[in-house]
Amino acid sequence: MAADVNTPAGSTTAGSVQVGTAGAGAPLAGPGTGRTQPIDARVSAIASYDVADFPVPHGREEEWRFTPLERLRGLHDGTAAATGGVKVAVEAPEGVTVETVDRDDPRLGRSGKPVDRVAAQAYSSFEKATVVSVAKDTVLTGPVRVAVHGEGGTAFAHLLVEVGAFAEAVVVLDHTGGAVLAANVEYVLGDGAKLTVVSVQDWDDTAVHAAQHNALVGRDAKFKSVVVTFGGDLVRLQPRVRYAAPGGEAELYGLYFTDDGQHHEHRLTVDHDTPHCRSNVAYKGALQGEGAHAVWIGDVLIRAAAEGTDTYELNRNLVLSDGARVDSVPNLEIETGEIVGAGHASATGRFDDEQLFYLMSRGVPAEEARRLVVRGFFAELLQQIGIPEVEERLLAKVDAELEASVA
Amino acid sequence: MATLEIHDLHVSVEAENGPREILRGVDLTVKQGETHAIMGPNGSGKSTLAYSLAGHPKYTVTGGTVTLDGEDVLAMSVDERARAGLFLAMQYPVEVPGVSVSNFLRTSATAVRGEAPKLRTWVKEVKEAMARLQMDPAFAERNVNEGFSGGEKKRHEILQLELLKPKIAVLDETDSGLDVDALRVVSEGVNRVRETGEVGTLLITHYTRILRYIKPDHVHVFAAGRIAESGGPELADKLEAEGYESYVKGGASA
Repeated sequence: MAADVNTPAGSTTAGSVQVGTAGAGAPLAGPGTGRTQPIDARVSAIASYDVADFPVPHGREEEWRFTPLERLRGLHDGTAAATGGVKVAVEAPEGVTVETVDRDDPRLGRSGKPVDRVAAQAYSSFEKATVVSVAKDTVLTGPVRVAVHGEGGTAFAHLLVEVGAFAEAVVVLDHTGGAVLAANVEYVLGDGAKLTVVSVQDWDDTAVHAAQHNALVGRDAKFKSVVVTFGGDLVRLQPRVRYAAPGGEAELYGLYFTDDGQHHEHRLTVDHDTPHCRSNVAYKGALQGEGAHAVWIGDVLIRAAAEGTDTYELNRNLVLSDGARVDSVPNLEIETGEIVGAGHASATGRFDDEQLFYLMSRGVPAEEARRLVVRGFFAELLQQIGIPEVEERLLAKVDAELEASVA
Repeated sequence: MATLEIHDLHVSVEAENGPREILRGVDLTVKQGETHAIMGPNGSGKSTLAYSLAGHPKYTVTGGTVTLDGEDVLAMSVDERARAGLFLAMQYPVEVPGVSVSNFLRTSATAVRGEAPKLRTWVKEVKEAMARLQMDPAFAERNVNEGFSGGEKKRHEILQLELLKPKIAVLDETDSGLDVDALRVVSEGVNRVRETGEVGTLLITHYTRILRYIKPDHVHVFAAGRIAESGGPELADKLEAEGYESYVKGGASA
């Protein structure tokens, strides 16, 4: 075992913590704070509902530099034409209202603007939106299931999930089949509401899926997002969180298993612009095979007004074979020193040979030991979901994925 | 009767400036039912012997033989050695995040026994073994070695020893880092396994303390990569009184 066993070839891990000025207006002292560049280049990036406001990306832009544009099937340059062929079916327990509405429905778009050209294209192009609402004080007895099934077409979609004050809901968003899909998904949480959303990308290997997920978290509301990406040729998701009022909490968990030739990109943004809110981000991925590429970007902004913020973000990647590539970039921008805590961690490593040795020294064959370790790597994350039914289902999917690929 | 025979074993590790020889001709025979203590100063190669027997990839065997009942242990993979009846209780067992103790124990027992233990008897078996080691039942739901104290790790190792019932058990500094109470509990566990008469034990230790609880039949002093002296339990008393000094000097000039 060489000393560099934890540094797979072709992986990059970068991070930055940028510190602005303290609440009192005095600059924070210390090494590394003498930056001259603007601290919030991302804050001033374009955000618009109109696709015409975004230039066609050429691939060198910060937000596009990891994405293989040629595999977006024209979603980024206006050449993708909607053909339909993506079916959306909603199954909901009592207490849920499901509607299909027109573009001009005033409830749409409140959670935030599209931040890249593909999301803006989806916003400019969708014809009908699906609205799932849970009235205030309603506690659902079971999950709402939104099945998005691709039948080979190209589509632009819009989904709004609205949970009223003090209501509690679990929404499972399943993506299956084959499609080229650009979408915006909005989660709007009223005061004291609790919403858990599980978005599973279990596409066929040909699918292309780009989506922005905007959450707007109300006063003392609790938002939990679990993003699970297994399938697709290219999946690029942008979960984003903003807080409408103090006391909100967001937990963002993610899991991806990236095989031969797949591109899985998760770009998270938590915008702390409101005092006394919390966020916790944990994404874990395993990669295997030639050309497997996972990208994880974690942007956390703590603006000057957001005193009392408590935030942590983590990304871990397990590289199971040669030929896979990980780009992991946590960014933490802090404009006030009056916070509870802010931290980030990113690690990309090879399989741990000591774990393998330990299991094998107890008689467990190498192949089974590897599966056990990878399963454990994900199980640790899934244990945090807190909904046994969902945990079991996702663990079963992990098992199936491991059965098929880890040998 | 199971017999582990180590003959003229030479082992190297990869160091910065090329391979470095750590074991320099170890000869030792351990029979089922016997307990051998291997004692020696830090850096003498005791742990290297333990890990080489288990097949850790960091160590390269450059000469000699190891057989278990005539079968070539060195030709076996790590898991094959375990299934053949070799067990190593580790000094620093690693964490395996997300894998529960109960899942781990059952997977190991299934592998070593060649079939999955019947669920009902298995649950009882684990429960009783844990109770004997004074382990809280909630322990079974924790992830392997994650957040375990030093004492918990060692109890967990001995729990595996009791459940996997090996022919030859190598205990690598199982006493290190334990307070007196934990040392007693862990030693009692080892003694229960020894009393069956079905295990040969290789007890590797730096200190004589554990020998008050586990009485060896043979004591070997390990120095500079080989056995420098062998004797009965009285040799441990001599080490207690005089330390390793004479062996370290001898080793340096060898």
